[in-house]
Amino acid sequence: MSECTCNHDSFYEDTLIPKVGVVTDIRQETPDVKTFRVVAPDGSKLFEHMPGQCAMVSVPGVGEAMFSITSSPTNKEFQEFSIKKCGVLTDYLHAMEVGEEITVRGPYGNNFPVETELKGKNLLFIAGGIGLAPLRSVINYVLDNRENYGTVDILYGSRSADDLVQLKEIQEVWMKAPNVNVYLTIDREQEGWDGHVGFVPSYLKEIGFDTNKVALICGPPIMIKFVLQGLQEMGFDKKQIITTLELRMKCGVGKCGRCNIGSKYVCKDGPVFHCDELDEIPAEY
Amino acid sequence: MYKINKENLSALFSCIADANELYVPCNINGSVNFAAWDEEQLVDLDTLKTVKSPKDAFFPQSETLYSCKRNGKKLSITPEELQNKDFVVFGMKACDVRGLAVLDKVFLVDPVDSYYKARREHGIIVSLACSQPEEACFCNVFGIDASQPEGDVVVYMIGDEMYWNAVTEKGEKLTKQVASLLTDADEAKVEAQKASIKEIVSRLPYSSLSLEGWGKDAVLLDKFNSPIWEELYKPCLACGTCTFVCPTCQCYDIKDYNTGNGVQRYRCWDSCMYSDFTMMAHGNNRTSQMQRYRQRFMHKLVYFPQNNDGMYSCVGCGRCVDKCPIGLNIVKVIKAFEKGGNR
Repeated sequence: MSECTCNHDSFYEDTLIPKVGVVTDIRQETPDVKTFRVVAPDGSKLFEHMPGQCAMVSVPGVGEAMFSITSSPTNKEFQEFSIKKCGVLTDYLHAMEVGEEITVRGPYGNNFPVETELKGKNLLFIAGGIGLAPLRSVINYVLDNRENYGTVDILYGSRSADDLVQLKEIQEVWMKAPNVNVYLTIDREQEGWDGHVGFVPSYLKEIGFDTNKVALICGPPIMIKFVLQGLQEMGFDKKQIITTLELRMKCGVGKCGRCNIGSKYVCKDGPVFHCDELDEIPAEY
Repeated sequence: MYKINKENLSALFSCIADANELYVPCNINGSVNFAAWDEEQLVDLDTLKTVKSPKDAFFPQSETLYSCKRNGKKLSITPEELQNKDFVVFGMKACDVRGLAVLDKVFLVDPVDSYYKARREHGIIVSLACSQPEEACFCNVFGIDASQPEGDVVVYMIGDEMYWNAVTEKGEKLTKQVASLLTDADEAKVEAQKASIKEIVSRLPYSSLSLEGWGKDAVLLDKFNSPIWEELYKPCLACGTCTFVCPTCQCYDIKDYNTGNGVQRYRCWDSCMYSDFTMMAHGNNRTSQMQRYRQRFMHKLVYFPQNNDGMYSCVGCGRCVDKCPIGLNIVKVIKAFEKGGNR
């Protein structure tokens, strides 16, 4: 906490005490999603993280909540959070201006196994809506270390064309990257959209993927449920499917009790889980 | 082993309080709870159990973590000062001392909670053997010996005398501080009391409660999916009393208090029994009271032991047995499963 402005004699560090972060850029992604770029007040990166990890973002006096870090660790300058406007804190964040300071603590949780299990593998990313946020961190990590991974397929869907998050990056970076196939879909027909129309799980079946891949899925629970079914019908084993869980969290370090399911704490033992691991814990997510 | 006449207890407390903050069980408006000692307090060492457990002294019901100030777009953070003075908690019972060992497994594992750790380091525990264990007690089920509590100093109330035995370095230090008030004693009466306590414990109604099927070897999903929960939870009022009187419950909330001149971010006890405990923007993963009720007991009897080498997150103090307004408690849960063949 180099930027701490406290004049405390017995200064100490505790994971519950956040760092101050400055919002240096705000991008309107969709009508209700903005991406916030955050650095330390001296312009340095707040901390190092791995794809899939989360951080507690807070506005003192308003609230504090856990968000996945959407930027890739390969970005050496800043962290980004894509945040949907859906509550007291996120309403405040959406009304904020560039230059305002917030607090951030983390990173928390485990990460997608990009340096171990996923190395050398063909990867299939399946995301719905704001569920792209955690996967974007992995996708950019993989694209920045392209030689370490096999083929990359990205299937991404949202309610409408206006609700596709990171569309500019998808079109200008991901679609142009070598050996990467991007499949976009929206739920309903829309003027000006000549791409695929239909829900993610049905588009998944239409495309039909080989099972020589690891699937990483993230999105609304209902999408995950049907995508999981679809993948299993195609012959994917649950061990080949990785997803993330999202539960209420307060501490981020497995102590406050909120995200406890079975003997796991989603903040500490998750948020990334293999689907076969989920069979071993109570279905309380 | 030393002893002191009970008439001199006030002098003893005064001597301890000269150098340390001192917490003792006091009768305040008819309820006995641990409170800061002063000469005006009605000290009550006869009531076996305080209403709330003394975990408060180490994990306060509410504590500020840090303060934030906003100046235009700028923010500054000032961490709250940690406990830096020694304090004595006098009269903790064997169950409550073990309760701290349970909390240690939560707060002292990586990443260590600095606030709790500072209090544990500065806290000196004088534990008091339970001369008269009560009906609702079942600490022995969890391997706790009411006649020989853990702690820095262990004391025994026998007749007009209090016997004093320092067992740790912290305890020796405290003993030196009050040495002028203590006289040498032999252990015969203490040994007799220990035997008598053990004998009382063996006759308590819940002393032979069986934990078979629970703990680290429990079949987690079988227990979780048992139809017994659906029957058991029904009278639960979701009041959360059980969690607030419990020496091992550690769920907490983090909230903001606007001082008018900044924001104090504090944490306070919370309860998994409350309907908004797991509520978030995208929904609630425990929507029924059955799920919340099950969570509390599964955590104490299965999840916690599975994560902590078999240590249960219950110490058998019996406060929930005494205080639950509709008589639902962990003993009922254990018995119901026993009847159901532990399924």
